[in-house]
Amino acid sequence: MADELLTAEHLVKRFDDNTVLDDVSLSVKKGEVIVVVGPSGCGKSTLLRCLNALEPIQGGKITLDGEAVVYGSKNLAAIRQKIGMVFQSYDLFPHLSVLDNILLAPVKAQKRKKDEAAAEAMKLLERVGLADKAKSFPRQLSGGQKQRVAIVRALCMHPVMMLFDEVTAALDPEMVREVLDVMLNLAKQGMTMIIVTHEMQFAKAIADRVVFLENGEIIEDTDPNTFFEHPQTERAKQFLNIFSFERSKKDEKN
Amino acid sequence: MNWDFIWKYLPMYGEAALLTVKIGLAGIGIAIPVGFFCAVIQYFKVALLRRIVSVYIEISRNTPLLIQLFFIYYALPKIGIPTNPSVCGVAGLAFLGGSYMAEAFRSGLEAVETVQMESALSLGLKRGQALLYVILPQAVSVSVPAFVANIIFLLKETSVFSAVSLMDLMFTAKDLIGQYYKTTESLFMLVVFYMIILLPVSILGSVLERRVRRAGFGS
Amino acid sequence: MPDLGLDVLFKGKNMLRLLGGLWTAVEISLIAVALSIPLGILLGIIMTSKNPIVKAVTRIYLEFVRIMPQLVLLFIVFFGSTGALGWNISGELASVIVFTAWGTAEMGDLVRGALISIPKHQYESAAALSLTSAQTYIYVIIPQTVRRLIPLSINLITRMIKTTSLILMIGVVEVLKVAQQIIEANRMTSPNAAFGVYLAVLLIYFILCWPISLLARRLEKKWG
Repeated sequence: MADELLTAEHLVKRFDDNTVLDDVSLSVKKGEVIVVVGPSGCGKSTLLRCLNALEPIQGGKITLDGEAVVYGSKNLAAIRQKIGMVFQSYDLFPHLSVLDNILLAPVKAQKRKKDEAAAEAMKLLERVGLADKAKSFPRQLSGGQKQRVAIVRALCMHPVMMLFDEVTAALDPEMVREVLDVMLNLAKQGMTMIIVTHEMQFAKAIADRVVFLENGEIIEDTDPNTFFEHPQTERAKQFLNIFSFERSKKDEKN
Repeated sequence: MNWDFIWKYLPMYGEAALLTVKIGLAGIGIAIPVGFFCAVIQYFKVALLRRIVSVYIEISRNTPLLIQLFFIYYALPKIGIPTNPSVCGVAGLAFLGGSYMAEAFRSGLEAVETVQMESALSLGLKRGQALLYVILPQAVSVSVPAFVANIIFLLKETSVFSAVSLMDLMFTAKDLIGQYYKTTESLFMLVVFYMIILLPVSILGSVLERRVRRAGFGS
Repeated sequence: MPDLGLDVLFKGKNMLRLLGGLWTAVEISLIAVALSIPLGILLGIIMTSKNPIVKAVTRIYLEFVRIMPQLVLLFIVFFGSTGALGWNISGELASVIVFTAWGTAEMGDLVRGALISIPKHQYESAAALSLTSAQTYIYVIIPQTVRRLIPLSINLITRMIKTTSLILMIGVVEVLKVAQQIIEANRMTSPNAAFGVYLAVLLIYFILCWPISLLARRLEKKWG
């Protein structure tokens, strides 16, 4: 099991009396893409936030690359540099241009030379088709463009893995695709990723493993084909049914 | 209106106005950093200090400046803390203003979405760096209108300084009314001088407010 | 332990006298607030008028009253009425006039702000539900403005109470004046009385204003 990059063992997360994650264990191998699905409020986003120590946990242990990830610990900033995270929305810094958004952390947190980081940032922007937006401010971009910039901003830190928290949930349908394409490309290049999403077709296409979470517990943890075609549990079946529709009117001809 | 009288006592008013402005600015100059630190302590929920800050803010905001000045000027010397009118004026204004500035900064900080802090942290910035480069620039621009309103409020509050025998504008006006019964002239000059002090700040305030509200970043 | 002059407070009727002085200030505040609220609502509604002259006049009134320190306004009314007009009005009456004029301006601005902050689509969706414009105001607009205004009006009461401490400066006998008298009377037996008495005055104001501020803040959270 030497190639495991991130492990979470027996995570317990409570908000007051409300248990959001109940004994969740998950391990991610290098280069693996895990998609987490489940009904809203099942704890998917909380799981990602705990993995990046944005939330304190009440039980369990998280290890990244052999190092413990502990909420409030001294070396947290260094650990977080290894984990790129993209949020649902509003996470670009509105007072900084696109380029400055990307450069802030490499220059301030990693103390890299500005021109070197800027050259890399431009290359990354080019790859997502936004090189001409480097001087723009976030409010001049569409939602899809903002999320692509947010991904570039995380990539520029050279993370060993990426966390995506419903990054397309706040987008208009026609913009979802351009963001998902960037993520598919990352997967092709072998990036390790944990993705929380409601886009089931996308999940099927990108996942090496699908984790189905309900009421803070992992109900299924399997390959996408098994999960989508032959779900093992009744609850997973019910969940997947939400995404299919039957015709409400009988066809008159027959 | 007796213009000769006005002309004669103009320099006296000028000096009094200068004193008002000097002590006002000194008090505000201290109130700004005090308010800033209080707001940051509350924003980061620093244990213990946060309690002290909130007790200070409540006392400062729920008592009148005049009473605060009386306490500093007449009561504190009794327990061995000496003071003089100018120090008392500056200290009183700073004590009052600190809490108002703290509220202005705090509402600015709270207006910044929490995900901004989280995404800065998840990029590997330290909390201090996140505050400095990400949160503060946004918070300050949000709190500009409240900030300017506080400056006007505090400059107005300086009018009670004469109660601790500072020879400010109110003191001068009252003195001239008492001595020469030139009420209209004395009051006229009082209003004119307060206008000279307060109107520019007020205009600047509404210009800044409009700019902040309309522009945002990147237009 | 140094003598903090606290004993003076419990001598004779001193505490009662202080509270009596406070009542003078509170009474003036309450009268002024009671007058300011209806007048302010009226002013606020008038200020949303589209008539340029009405707009200009109300604007100038508002700006002047709000930019001048309240103490200057007190001086203008108290000394000015005697000096320029030959009337001899009492400090109490001058205070009520000034604080009402000030409170009306503050309240008027709040009402105007609340009225224009109701988004246009509220009027539109009420119209789309075929409510008449009177019904729209009664059932949709006014309930929303009232919720915004109540905490702000309560806040105005604490501001008023704090500001009435200024009436000392035009010779009204209120809590600070009583405090000075008590300190003066006990100067021989209790030289440090100033500490105890002014501390008491500070705390009295705090105990009076703090609960009102807390109430305003709670309502603001609840309805904001």
